Amino acid sequence: MQAAATTHAMTLPQRLKDAFSVAFIALLLGIPMIGLTTTDEGGTALKVLTRWPALALFVAICFVGRLALQVVREALARRRARRPAKAPAQAGSSRLLTVIGWAGVGAALLVPVAFSDNRYAVDLATTVLIYVMLGWGLNVVVGLAGLLDLGYVAFYAVGAYTYALLSTQLGWSFWQALPVAGGVAAFFGVILGYPTLRLRGDYLAIVTLGFGEIIRLILVNWTSFSGGPNGISEIPRPGLFGYNFTPPGSEHSIADLLQIDYSPMQRLFFLYYLILALALLTNLFVRGMRKLPTGRAWEAVREDEIACKALGINTTHIKLAAFAIGAMLGGFAGVFFAARQGFISPESFTFSESAIILAIVVLGGMGSQMGVVLASLVLVLLPELGRDFAQYRMLLFGAAMVLIMVWRPGGILAHRAPTLVYTGPKGDQA
Amino acid sequence: MAQAIQQLINGLTLGAVYGLIAIGYTMVYGIIGMINFAHGDIYMVGAFIAVTSFTLLAAFGVSSVPFALLAVLVVAIAFTSVYGWAVERIAYRPLRASNRLAPLISAIGMSIFLENMVQVTQGARIKPIRPILTGGINLFTQGTFTVRLFETQILIIVTTVALMAGFTWLITRTSFGRQQRACEQDQVVTKVLGYNVDRIISVTFMIGAGLAAVAGVMVTVYYGVVDFFIGFVVGIKAFTAAVLGGIGSLPGAMLGGLIIGLVESFWAAYLSAEYKDVASFAILILVLMFRPTGLLGRPEVEKV
Repeated sequence: MQAAATTHAMTLPQRLKDAFSVAFIALLLGIPMIGLTTTDEGGTALKVLTRWPALALFVAICFVGRLALQVVREALARRRARRPAKAPAQAGSSRLLTVIGWAGVGAALLVPVAFSDNRYAVDLATTVLIYVMLGWGLNVVVGLAGLLDLGYVAFYAVGAYTYALLSTQLGWSFWQALPVAGGVAAFFGVILGYPTLRLRGDYLAIVTLGFGEIIRLILVNWTSFSGGPNGISEIPRPGLFGYNFTPPGSEHSIADLLQIDYSPMQRLFFLYYLILALALLTNLFVRGMRKLPTGRAWEAVREDEIACKALGINTTHIKLAAFAIGAMLGGFAGVFFAARQGFISPESFTFSESAIILAIVVLGGMGSQMGVVLASLVLVLLPELGRDFAQYRMLLFGAAMVLIMVWRPGGILAHRAPTLVYTGPKGDQA
Repeated sequence: MAQAIQQLINGLTLGAVYGLIAIGYTMVYGIIGMINFAHGDIYMVGAFIAVTSFTLLAAFGVSSVPFALLAVLVVAIAFTSVYGWAVERIAYRPLRASNRLAPLISAIGMSIFLENMVQVTQGARIKPIRPILTGGINLFTQGTFTVRLFETQILIIVTTVALMAGFTWLITRTSFGRQQRACEQDQVVTKVLGYNVDRIISVTFMIGAGLAAVAGVMVTVYYGVVDFFIGFVVGIKAFTAAVLGGIGSLPGAMLGGLIIGLVESFWAAYLSAEYKDVASFAILILVLMFRPTGLLGRPEVEKV
């Protein structure tokens, strides 16, 4: 780490010494985990297995990797020293982002056309969009208002279970349940937020984490209410204006209405466009909120809470609004999730889900709408690409989270610029 | 009555373990003001190292229980503290100067990484070890219920008390302890006085990891089984303990651990075993609502 700070090059012995110490640490770390393991095959008692070749390989990789890292770092430092830091091109990059944004919307609209017979691709794209929507919802809380929420999945679960229960118990349709579930989720957001929002950042994080776990534990244990670990199945799929995407001949079939051939892909396309519409509406809504006094106040509270209080802004109400709106958006996403899966169980709402959504927001760059899309693509597609080595997926996921944070602590698209900038009384640069 | 005393014993044992882990949270929070999210997984790594060491010792035919325990403790503390050091060096030190969220995210990433690393290298199955201490003392019998104090429980409580005594001495009496406390108060001034702040923080992480490793060994001996997922829930409960006692306060961490352990035992025995985790989380929320500085914590003044 020090090598990056100093500009003068290290001598070869220094380099080797540095790489040797890294390799030595790698050896110490590797002995109990890679070098030794226990198995219980063939008997009741554990037996120790040794894997020295794997350990040797690991240590060698660390040694060579460290040497390579030094060279790369020095090259980068030299380049940076030669070229003075250029001023960030703010206006140009934001225009570029707008163009990319519209191109992204266009590409998203064309996904079902491009993959019209690829069920897997459309499904995956739908999953990406669910995470985009969740990311945009959480972005209100974390990115704009600066409140760290580690239990966001609780609101997602509240939305999903509200729809599941309303539809299976009371026969409500998707469109009837959607606003109600959003409202219920927002209500839960207020319930959690009201007593806890005066806490400082890290404490708030842990309280929200605890809240998320409480919701999950209740869903697991209150069997008569939520079906317990078995969850709720046979949740009805969403329809359109009272018509359903069911085979011809059945009641209210869209295929019969429009006199077209039925294909099961139609429902997938419909679900895809539905979540796309929901996500885009979320985006428009959040963009709109940012221009309102409440939205402006979110960013102000994030930057300096004490200054806000001094200006007479009721920070509790502002934070509560962020919490409720974030929760509501999470609830909407939950309704869609339940409707799409047709089956939900507490398994889908664990802490790691919260961590993934938070990672999307933070890795994307807090407050950046585009960053959320980029991070969702990376975090959903990367594990899918890595399917062949499935057991390493989460391992790589965790490592990627650490490395991206160390590499760019502000996120991939660092964007903490306030929406409003004071430019002086006559509009000249102050 | 007899059952209550039994639960008291069980709760104190559990609480001692939580307290040992909570110290790691509270020290790290005290010195760099961040939640070491991977601490629960460091404890899990310690427990796995304990399983491997016990199995190795059994394979070499070591039959002396005190020697085996001591050897495993030393090995587990040594290797786990290297893990603590590495986690700080890789995931936290580069982010010390950046915004508050960044180290938390990298800590969550580290936690996911450690959990899956152990799953990949050690296997996803539950690891059982041969019971090491099986004896116990029957304290008294009331009706059909016999109150029993197991040897493992004595071991855990005695070890914890001894460690706490040693640890308190380290922090209050030694030169390192003074440097550590100075660092907690003001890192810049500590640096100006010529102390190596990076080294103090590293050692703090190693001490926290070492105590977590002791907790890992104790739990391995107590329950006899370990799996790669134990770090998460125990980590959160230990953090709850640290917050309950007042984060940054070392006696507070131990006190908080004992309270959480007792509440969990009694809740599971008298109310409902399914909701015992809800009890811990609910305590956490209630404490933060009504006494955010914890039982023994100092009130903190927010500066502009």
